[in-house]
Amino acid sequence: MATTETLSRRSAGNAGGEASTPPPAPTRRKRRRPSTGQLAAWGFLAPLIVYLLVFYAYPLYRNIELSLHDYTVRSFVQGGAAFVGFDNYVSVFTDPTFGPALLHTALFTVISIIFQFSIGMGLAVFFHQHFKLSATLRALFLVPWLLPLIVSASTWAWMLNSESGIVNSVIEGLGGQQVNWLTSPQWALTSVIIANIWIGIPFNLVILYSGLQNIPNDLYEAAALDGANGWQKFWRITFPLLRPVSAITILLGLIYTLKVFDIIWIMTRGGPADSSTTLATWSYQMAFGTALPDFSPAAAVGNVLIIIALIFGFLYIAAQRRQEKNS
Amino acid sequence: MTARKTWWKTTIGVVLTAVMLFPVYWMINVSLTKTGDMRKDPPNWFPFDPTFDGYRAVLSEQLPYLGTSLIVGFGTVALTLVISAPAAYSLAKLRPRGGTPVSFVLLIAQMIPGVIMAMGFYAIFLNIGMLNSVWGLIVADSTIAVPFGVLLFTAFMQGIPNELMNAATIDGAGRWRTFRSVVLPISRNSIVTVSLFAFLWAWSDFVFASTLDAGGKLQPITLGIYKYIGNNNQEWNSIMATAVIASIPAAVLLVIAQRYVAAGVTAGAVKD
Repeated sequence: MATTETLSRRSAGNAGGEASTPPPAPTRRKRRRPSTGQLAAWGFLAPLIVYLLVFYAYPLYRNIELSLHDYTVRSFVQGGAAFVGFDNYVSVFTDPTFGPALLHTALFTVISIIFQFSIGMGLAVFFHQHFKLSATLRALFLVPWLLPLIVSASTWAWMLNSESGIVNSVIEGLGGQQVNWLTSPQWALTSVIIANIWIGIPFNLVILYSGLQNIPNDLYEAAALDGANGWQKFWRITFPLLRPVSAITILLGLIYTLKVFDIIWIMTRGGPADSSTTLATWSYQMAFGTALPDFSPAAAVGNVLIIIALIFGFLYIAAQRRQEKNS
Repeated sequence: MTARKTWWKTTIGVVLTAVMLFPVYWMINVSLTKTGDMRKDPPNWFPFDPTFDGYRAVLSEQLPYLGTSLIVGFGTVALTLVISAPAAYSLAKLRPRGGTPVSFVLLIAQMIPGVIMAMGFYAIFLNIGMLNSVWGLIVADSTIAVPFGVLLFTAFMQGIPNELMNAATIDGAGRWRTFRSVVLPISRNSIVTVSLFAFLWAWSDFVFASTLDAGGKLQPITLGIYKYIGNNNQEWNSIMATAVIASIPAAVLLVIAQRYVAAGVTAGAVKD
């Protein structure tokens, strides 16, 4: 089973590239006309193509269509919404919530990733020095990542509760003041970022750890012979050799974190007073969070978010391609 | 390395893990706390005097939600496997002409935020009357897992030696037969990985459930918890007990299938 893991890991990075230039086809092609082979190939692929068209392309198309029309609750059900071009985008961009939502999205994403990545890196290096129980403990670190987000978010919400939360109890025990983590505008964003960092650490740990495993041990032994200390080994060997994996970890982290909605919505609903609103929660708020849904601007915000995610997505794909070429 | 040095590292490791898992411990602790002690300041650090009222509440109120989550989870796994395994076989071994962009599209598909998919699905489901149905939820949840499944399967199946397939062909097996009797059995571990993740994601989904199934008769456990919180419920022991129960699949996964989890997390991100 270890083979499986290596196999899938080794070639998973190739999934994009290698699928296009597969190894020579089996001998079958010689005996039958190529058209049959193509027919079979597309036969196996057809369900996926249909699936992607119906369950990906169509919802996304509907989303674009929503954002270009002025849908009301009534026209949403009955049809006949007026075409308004980019009016929804204009009104979204000029909305007083847009600036803060964009800023919060950026802060949430960047701060989360800085901490997730550096803590994940530290833990990966630590767990890489095989000691007793290291494998078991590393496995336990996966727990936050595997829990349903609503479980983590509600647990954190209760831990950060102003009056009865354990966090404030400890702060007060140490002589500090009660902090209104979730109910004061200056702390709400920090609170959701803390919870999100906690959730994201395992992902960074696992990927960076497997990156560490691919660094040949002789390098460290050679460095040890040359009298390098742990700090030098990290900055001269680990860090440079881990750079490609780090780039991919960070970009994947960016893409995942931009999408985060559940944690914020469950802990603060983007509040108080929009102080923890991001593009994702704002979009949801307009479409599903009110008694009077406003689908068209919600879809417009969603599409802006897609564009941002895709920019990092393309960077990620480019980084991965480059890593494949180099190795 | 001396034994003493390792012992020292193990201690640090245990402490770090304890800090990391504190919220999980706290969830369990609160789930066992008496309602009367819930607002105590400082709170009880240990459940010395545990109550099972919270779990009793789960059993009496949340069982239908748990059942729905199981159905949605298994449905999502089935749909994901049926769509992704054959497609991956084709991409990895059959060279469909013009199939190159598919893998690229799948990578992109994974980047689309769930909130946005939810809105598109909502508009469509509303028009075709599929809102608030378990089927709709299964379809929507599968969109999280299908791209992942295809990419993981493709990666694995590319590693299957062509000789093996040729042997099957020489024995007279058609492509379907080869797929069923050679490729699928060899891919068993990948099937486990994809199934586990598909199940876990469907089980944990909140975005699709809260948008596409908000008024449904059958609702998943994530909505069960959400409603508990939303009702301004002060019975945090019940909420946390439900959360503990909702975490069981994750725990089971970790205990019985940790290596598959690691394989899934690193898939697509790391190349040797």
